[in-house]
Amino acid sequence: MAEAQNIPVGSTTAGQIAVAAESTVATRMSAPPSFDVADFPVPHGREEEWRFTPLERLRGLHDGTAVATGDGVKVGIDAPEGVVVETVGRDDHRLGRAVPADRVAAQAYSAFEKAGVVTVPKETVLTEPIRISVHGEGGVAYGHQIIELGAFAEAVVVIDHTGDAVLAANLDYILGDGAKLTVVSVQDWDDKAVHVGQHNALIGRDATFKSFVVTFGGDLVRLHPRVAYAGPGGEAELFGLYFTDAGQHQEHRLLVDHNAPHCKSNVAYKGALQGDGAHAVWIGDVLIEASAEGTDTYEMNRNLVLTDGARVDSVPNLEIETGEIVGAGHASATGRFDDEQLFYLMARGIPADEARRLVVRGFFAELVQQIRVADIQERLLARIDEELEASV
Amino acid sequence: MATLEIHDLHVTVEADNATKEILKGVDLTVKQGETHAIMGPNGSGKSTLAYSLAGHPKYTITGGTVTLDGEDVLGMSVDERARAGLFLAMQYPVEVPGVSVSNFLRTSATAIRGEAPKLRTWVKEVKEAMTRLNMDPAFAERNVNEGFSGGEKKRHEILQLELLKPKIAILDETDSGLDVDALRVVSEGVNRVRESGEVGTLLITHYTRILRYIKPDHVHVFSGGRIVESGGAELADKLENEGYEVYAKHDGVDTKGGASE
Repeated sequence: MAEAQNIPVGSTTAGQIAVAAESTVATRMSAPPSFDVADFPVPHGREEEWRFTPLERLRGLHDGTAVATGDGVKVGIDAPEGVVVETVGRDDHRLGRAVPADRVAAQAYSAFEKAGVVTVPKETVLTEPIRISVHGEGGVAYGHQIIELGAFAEAVVVIDHTGDAVLAANLDYILGDGAKLTVVSVQDWDDKAVHVGQHNALIGRDATFKSFVVTFGGDLVRLHPRVAYAGPGGEAELFGLYFTDAGQHQEHRLLVDHNAPHCKSNVAYKGALQGDGAHAVWIGDVLIEASAEGTDTYEMNRNLVLTDGARVDSVPNLEIETGEIVGAGHASATGRFDDEQLFYLMARGIPADEARRLVVRGFFAELVQQIRVADIQERLLARIDEELEASV
Repeated sequence: MATLEIHDLHVTVEADNATKEILKGVDLTVKQGETHAIMGPNGSGKSTLAYSLAGHPKYTITGGTVTLDGEDVLGMSVDERARAGLFLAMQYPVEVPGVSVSNFLRTSATAIRGEAPKLRTWVKEVKEAMTRLNMDPAFAERNVNEGFSGGEKKRHEILQLELLKPKIAILDETDSGLDVDALRVVSEGVNRVRESGEVGTLLITHYTRILRYIKPDHVHVFSGGRIVESGGAELADKLENEGYEVYAKHDGVDTKGGASE
């Protein structure tokens, strides 16, 4: 893997495909997963999992100095009939099914006081989305939210992050056998917000998980979506969109752990960047364990750099411990805004700002179209337009 | 009557850290209803003329004037030129991923006409224009030029020409890469627009073949960055028989490949 400093804007970091790798996803982490924050040394920035992150902007989430202020975020949950919404204490038996993978995740797990649990009982099929709003009130907060679908339940969940906060929060998505869950997590924070989170999906037998991670705002957003399978036949689609502006650090680190046979995963993240110091990081780890015969996986990251001064680090990483698979592939590409496209559109009378909007909307279109929540789709397009207008 | 006047146009391009003059004093007047063919060998500057008129940022205008009905074209941005009535059918149309042909055409027509066309009549208009160009209706849902064959790209350019109805149309090697059937379809499209009598056409080509379908009023031979001879349609016949060699002696340009190929 190349050093970050050596990666010029507009280039693509070469990915790796390791077969029976000596350096596995697990060993590249500075410490094994643990619920105890003390098991993770305070990161200094040289660790593999922290080397792209500006630690000084984490506001103390990584070294124990960020103390919850009690009024950090307000969480509101709007759920259709049939959904069970609870707030539970730390001793609830449904907690602890996914292990924190780094120091901040362990800090969040150690520090939250109450956890939210949203349950869609088995065979319940929702026609309206469950909406969770997380609004930052300017303080420091640690959180934990569980979303659990019983066997054959179907639901769409929209989690909307707005306002200003320093937040470390983990999310568990637990899918029963044959369940279908679509989650849209929108990070539409104010400019100063810091948000670090581990999103754990545990996918039951023949269950389908579809996730959209949409990041626009914040000073620093670092999300860690992880997928593991509880049985064969599971499917995961992980989609992401980000629009990284001047000075923003937006980092998405994915891990799909193919730990069960005959499961599928498809990862597609796309980002646009503009302005000085805009920094997007995408890490796509896919691990195909020896037991995961019949795996079919593909991961892709594309970045569109709209101005000078922005930086992308994109690292796909595929580790294969069995040859008995259907398919495994990855792709990463980072390109500049194409002036020839702009010329072509303008030569048809379309003004420059509208031409840019068409091209960027076009870049994101294939992902936006997949989000079948109408108001979110519209808001997304409107936010893309806003971001572009801000740059003119 | 719309008139494009090019006077003593000089254009340079930056290549390998050097400035190279490509156009060395082009004079040409194209009036609405007229068709001018510009013919010349590779590297003579024909495409530079086309792209300079459209305003491509790669080219620097170092001298001369271009006016459309007296308005200074060179002072306009690329989109302003298009809205003023200039159209460039490109030799290599650009792919625009994620933007459908139908969205692109409507956005473009809205910009050119100054208001969004009424949906119902617009859909019909596009459909009819596509049918005339033997284009499958499913074409409208594809992304602009993405995965198009050479012939599809050129038909798509002429579709835009028909829908946008410019005052002056510059067709940059629209015939290149087309088989005879596609050339006929594309030429018929151009002729339909010409028959309206409302467009002045600047047909840039390397070969005489397309002139069998699109009859020019004037033929200009382009060599060494300027027009070296002008005449009527009979000049094309001369090029067909004699090639470009006679014009290129003192310019040192690539004259391989005659006009009749």
